[in-house]
Amino acid sequence: MNTQTTIAGVTFKNPVMTASGTFGSGMEYAEFVDLNQLGAVVTKGVANVPWPGNPTPRVAEVYGGMLNAIGLQNPGIDVLMERDIPFLKKYDTGIIVNVCGKTVEDYVEVVERLGEEPAVDMLEINVSCPNVKEGAIAFGQKADALFHITQEIKKHARQPVIMKLSPNVTDITEMARAAEAAGADALSLINTITGMKIDIHRRKFALANKTGGMSGPAIKPVAVRMVYQTAQAVKIPIIGMGGIASAEDAIEFILAGASAVSIGAMNFVNPYTTVEVVRGIEEYMERYRVEKLTDLIGAVSA
Amino acid sequence: MKQKQTATVLAQKELAPQIYDMWIGTDLAEQAKPGQFLCIYPRDKSTLLPRPISICEVREDRRALRIVYRVAGQGTGEFSKYQEGDSIDIMGTLGNGFPLEEAEGKKVFLMGGGIGVPPVLQLAKEMKADRQIVVGYRDCSTFLKDDLEKYGKVYIATEDGSVGTKGNVMNAIEDNGLEADLIYACGPMPMLRAIKAYAAEHHIRAYISLEEHMACGVGACLGCVVKTKDADHHSHVNNARICTDGPVFEADEVEI
Repeated sequence: MNTQTTIAGVTFKNPVMTASGTFGSGMEYAEFVDLNQLGAVVTKGVANVPWPGNPTPRVAEVYGGMLNAIGLQNPGIDVLMERDIPFLKKYDTGIIVNVCGKTVEDYVEVVERLGEEPAVDMLEINVSCPNVKEGAIAFGQKADALFHITQEIKKHARQPVIMKLSPNVTDITEMARAAEAAGADALSLINTITGMKIDIHRRKFALANKTGGMSGPAIKPVAVRMVYQTAQAVKIPIIGMGGIASAEDAIEFILAGASAVSIGAMNFVNPYTTVEVVRGIEEYMERYRVEKLTDLIGAVSA
Repeated sequence: MKQKQTATVLAQKELAPQIYDMWIGTDLAEQAKPGQFLCIYPRDKSTLLPRPISICEVREDRRALRIVYRVAGQGTGEFSKYQEGDSIDIMGTLGNGFPLEEAEGKKVFLMGGGIGVPPVLQLAKEMKADRQIVVGYRDCSTFLKDDLEKYGKVYIATEDGSVGTKGNVMNAIEDNGLEADLIYACGPMPMLRAIKAYAAEHHIRAYISLEEHMACGVGACLGCVVKTKDADHHSHVNNARICTDGPVFEADEVEI
């Protein structure tokens, strides 16, 4: 049985990754799971300088999921290069660094620094965080802005570039096509869906930021649909995510057209989710006598 | 070592209106320190996130942990229905806990307010110091008072004046003419702010236990931060993670 998957020339031992922002740089979860068993660790978004993030409360629970408005708090690229990448290099797992910024120049600066580090397999560009006022989603909701930033990043990137797409758009395939046309090597989707919660007893917003990004099992059908539509619209590979809690969920995404999947909010609910999904995919392949994982990608039929 | 496991409820009773007292059989008790907490996971899949609940007491044989918690919503409402023999999903032990060594031979205040009282019990049990326990409640539901009295003189404040000093824990200190070299506290934010100010005024150190809405409980999601005076060693910004760098902080180091 071969669980490998290849995205833009990079081969991962299995299709299970961690969704950016839910797994730090792996350090916190290394106490629970063997990182060697993961296809890749996708790190928390990193900017050119440290970002303090939003005021608290930053998280709230909603039915079947959660809202977050962390605001991309991160220690900056220097700390990532000096502390986090050396930590991850000790493991036999793929390393994908998620990059955020306020301006195109910010992104390019981080992308160039990461180009110095051959251990980083791929870059994931966050143009879809709904919780910061400047940058991020501002680049991900208009096709021409997304095209422009993708093109600029591709000029400077040494590693293959994944553009992470927002579901908070009218037509995600339009964004996907713009990123592909600008040279993106892969896409990841979906980022969180913008939501709101109000505490009726205090008559206040549950989050200091008022709005937050919704994640968790409740958003999965939306994510599966968007992965399927996007897979029909572009030729570049897709990393699918959004509420994956089990191997069954992960396989849905793969059948819909994802070449790999990421586990996000469910890490908070069950820190062993990632490795359980790895094992569950193997069991599924055994049960249905699937020799190569790649045979499952996009294998859904009407 | 942190671990998520399915443990067993050994006993549960309602201690006061909406305040529940549960003993959980778990080997995590071996490593539990006063001031640390557990994440407890509701079974109902519509409520996904763990509820962080502080450890109230560690059984002498280190095979069980006690939690005393208030029913605040759906998750804790579910926990309150658990009975002897039921299983319970927990992760622990989490957080840093109170630094005990510093108190040795000193005169200390061990302060708790409302649902911040429970962690004071194990703290009082393990602390080698001249212990003055100052606790505040809303009304005459002075839960854990009898347990606390085994480990030091207990001074009580109630908002409605039904027991002890009318007012809050600061009023109880004043009312009883108490002094200390060091403070350990857990309680609502206004109480912790008052303690921070009191400690600064008296040039003494105060360790305070904070709470915030959490998601992961292990330092990955950056949901539960508190502003810090200096840039934090991990985050490199003025934010520390309450779940892992805390929940206990030196009052002087955090902006609350």
